[in-house]
Amino acid sequence: MTAVTERRLTEFTDNDQHPVGYGRMLRKEDPRFVRGKGHYVDDVQLSGMLHLAILRAPMAHARIVKIDVSAAQAHPKVKLVVTGAMLAEKNLAWMPTLSNDVQAVLATDKVRFQGQEVAFVVAEDRYSARDALELIDVEYDVLEAVYDARRALDPDAPVIRDDLEGKTDNHIFDWEAGDAAATEAVFAGAEVVVTQDLVYPRVHPAPMETCGAVADYDAVNGKLTLWSTSQAPHAHRTLYAIVAGLPEHKIRVISPDIGGGFGNKVPIYPGYVCAIVGSLLTGKPVKWMEDRSENLTSTSFARDYVMRGEIAATKDGKILAVRTNVLADHGAFNGQAAPVKYPAGFFGVFTGSYDLQAAYCKQTAVYTNKAPGGVAYACSFRITEAVYLVERMVDCLADELQMDPAELRLRNFIRPEQFPYETKTGWVYDSGEYEKTMREAMRIAGYDELRKEQAEKRARGELMGIGISFFTEAVGAGPRKDMDILGLGMADGCELRIHPTGKAVVRLSVQSQGQGHETTFAQIVAEELGIPPDDIEVVHGDTDQTPFGLGTYGSRSTPVSGAAAALVARKVRDKARIIASGMLEVSVADLEWEKGAFHVAGDPGKAVTIQQIAMRAHGAGDLPEGIEGGLEAQICYNPSNLTYPNGAYICVVDVDPGTGVVKVRRFVAVDDCGTRINPMIIEGQVHGGLADGVGMALMEMIAFDEGGNCLGGSLMDYLIPTALEVPDWETGFTVTPSPHHPIGAKGIGESATVGSPPAVVNGVIDALEPFGVRHVDMPLTPSRVWDAIQGHATPPI
Amino acid sequence: MQVSMTVNGEPVTREIEGRLLLVHFLRDHLGLTGTHWGCDTSNCGTCVVWLDGEPVKSCTVLAAMAGGHDVRTVEGLEQDGELDPIQQGFMECHGLQCGFCTPGMMMTGRALLDRNPDPTDGEIREAISGQICRCTGYATIVRSIRWAATHPHGKQPEPELAGAES
Repeated sequence: MTAVTERRLTEFTDNDQHPVGYGRMLRKEDPRFVRGKGHYVDDVQLSGMLHLAILRAPMAHARIVKIDVSAAQAHPKVKLVVTGAMLAEKNLAWMPTLSNDVQAVLATDKVRFQGQEVAFVVAEDRYSARDALELIDVEYDVLEAVYDARRALDPDAPVIRDDLEGKTDNHIFDWEAGDAAATEAVFAGAEVVVTQDLVYPRVHPAPMETCGAVADYDAVNGKLTLWSTSQAPHAHRTLYAIVAGLPEHKIRVISPDIGGGFGNKVPIYPGYVCAIVGSLLTGKPVKWMEDRSENLTSTSFARDYVMRGEIAATKDGKILAVRTNVLADHGAFNGQAAPVKYPAGFFGVFTGSYDLQAAYCKQTAVYTNKAPGGVAYACSFRITEAVYLVERMVDCLADELQMDPAELRLRNFIRPEQFPYETKTGWVYDSGEYEKTMREAMRIAGYDELRKEQAEKRARGELMGIGISFFTEAVGAGPRKDMDILGLGMADGCELRIHPTGKAVVRLSVQSQGQGHETTFAQIVAEELGIPPDDIEVVHGDTDQTPFGLGTYGSRSTPVSGAAAALVARKVRDKARIIASGMLEVSVADLEWEKGAFHVAGDPGKAVTIQQIAMRAHGAGDLPEGIEGGLEAQICYNPSNLTYPNGAYICVVDVDPGTGVVKVRRFVAVDDCGTRINPMIIEGQVHGGLADGVGMALMEMIAFDEGGNCLGGSLMDYLIPTALEVPDWETGFTVTPSPHHPIGAKGIGESATVGSPPAVVNGVIDALEPFGVRHVDMPLTPSRVWDAIQGHATPPI
Repeated sequence: MQVSMTVNGEPVTREIEGRLLLVHFLRDHLGLTGTHWGCDTSNCGTCVVWLDGEPVKSCTVLAAMAGGHDVRTVEGLEQDGELDPIQQGFMECHGLQCGFCTPGMMMTGRALLDRNPDPTDGEIREAISGQICRCTGYATIVRSIRWAATHPHGKQPEPELAGAES
């Protein structure tokens, strides 16, 4: 072990409880990024490469009358122009979505949202491809657009999906969870019932790198190589094989460095398919890289839920039941990326962190003339919406009861001894110590002092708010008996090979978009085998080099693939133990494992290191009977349950009564993600999610006008927080290991995005208490807050 | 048209279209892909480079406008195999995750420190407020730039570790 690694170990392990070995080590991937040597899709340069650009619909709903591409084809630098009609001849005009719907690759009959793909051009350079788009003449017959989910089911609403046989309305599905009758009985007898309408507006993940691909079809070998911005390269490869009819072993999907994903890069987009078609037809490598406007208007959005929440309780603050009715806007195609048996994602955890008597949810999903998607932006399959609902409702109840919102939560938490806890909607929470986590957040925030300060400020007419949320997530999808995406089980593979000199390579099925897998997974293997993380190469994001698995989203990498990495290392260790027994000439039972070596029980001096064992495994000389040479293993991990990270967030805001401007002064986040592997990376994940939450609560929204025109199509209109809108985060933690994960870890990537929006909103509403404001819908822009202060109704979204 | 400029200390001359953006000139013509393209509206700042020592958004500068000027990109931060303290700071303080905004953030941070070697956190936030990061929530970027301010000569060799075992 090098001196540097040893120093990290000793310097940081005392800083945090129970980190997996090597704790807060610096990231192995950073040296390339700080040199500008990251390798993203748009950095791929191939000899003879052509550039693809997509013509998009200028309006939300229109019938295509005629497309004339002759002028574009005549452009001297244009190699190929393709329309939906041309794709239809090859049976490629439509593709399946991840929710068993179909989506147009290029529109044939109608355009169904503004920004939909209509035609593409392949040209010698980026600029010429764009020029040629201007030369395509499309004649449209404009139709009425459905821009509001609340209008979608009106009898006279235009039918968007008339491509689906027999479709006469815009209804997609109804879904329910919980027991309607039992919940009604509890509500009927409850002393206190609070009802509140809530809109979670459409937002967008907007990763800094937009989506794109480079397709390179080798006609001689029949092999397609696709560099793409994919969070799930293996799943994408299988789907390309199914859609395009290419044999799966002749498709290689490479997800190189990815500039942020947040769920935006889970679906297969028409642009990827266009790039593949472009390469197949030209015989050249073809690059497609969307611009920011294309990213915001056509790729997977998030939320867009219209919710009615109801909460029932006793007068002294015992929460009895939660009920909700949801209208979900899925856009023009149902492109939601969620396990197929979960059409509403994991919204069923809307019962939150509380011990309830009953719960019920009814949800209806509809088509609108808006971009498809729905599950994205670090939402853990709709848990963002669920947590927002229940945490706003708890605050509304606290307001009704005139009770402190922290106290109300503390009275109703699921208690540690109740775990594993089955909720009234059938989810089995694995572990948690909610009161401890909540009290830690209150301690860091100085909760009682904050309330005193607030009282003093209110007396002076100043508006200060303290917002609380407590969330429970359900991440690590998932058990294959319940969870699949288009028939692909959500298990993940891992392969580990120890080289003769004791260095290692671990190959993952998941893929990093910034989460630091090259470090975290090396640390997991290092902890299990005693090989320093710097001696372990992590390979990911290339289907030719890694085992099959479903990819990185929904905070699933550590719960699923992290478990696989730990277990594959233990498998290697088991074999190493047998080899060691031969080397030390003792029985396997007489060996003890410690710090990367086996020693004879009672005789620590008689030992062999994992490195020595690796050399023996590959070297000359006898191995124990029945043992093959080499030291490697592979595994496919099927999780027995999800993991349930949780946390307590406290947000302190100041509101300017004259302008309605909200300033987030402090934000305390205490997360419990079970065993912590690299606390530095965990805190980074939390920080990023908190900024997302502040953004969604205060400024982010993809709005549409009455014509269905997207009003959030650039970063001038879709506002994302900068360093000036967010505070210096204050983080803390508790550690309640997951009982079923091999190292007790839970996911962390999305916790803060899920948990923080209600904390911010609760804080602003708390600040507006002197005005009797019960609720304002996000985003809490200055104008909305100012309207609320004036007593005006919240303008509809 | 022909354009000549100095990029990271090296003179370059290329035949280009007049409308070519500097960001595409750097990336596609010179292969300097450390500078990124993140939006079309000068909002995101992943494309920040220096033009005569001033941070500019290279998606809003024509390559032709850089003719005769001195351009410096992230690839020019490392000198003689030594990382600039700003690069070390981002590694030490977890100032990056996906790495896409990082080159622009470092170029702005370095330029800030060159004119204000000891900025307050507020001044750092102000300096990077024309740039967006979706991963870090900014706090660690502020810390990274501060690290570079407090380590003007970079990371010093590790002290001896006698007794650090156990």
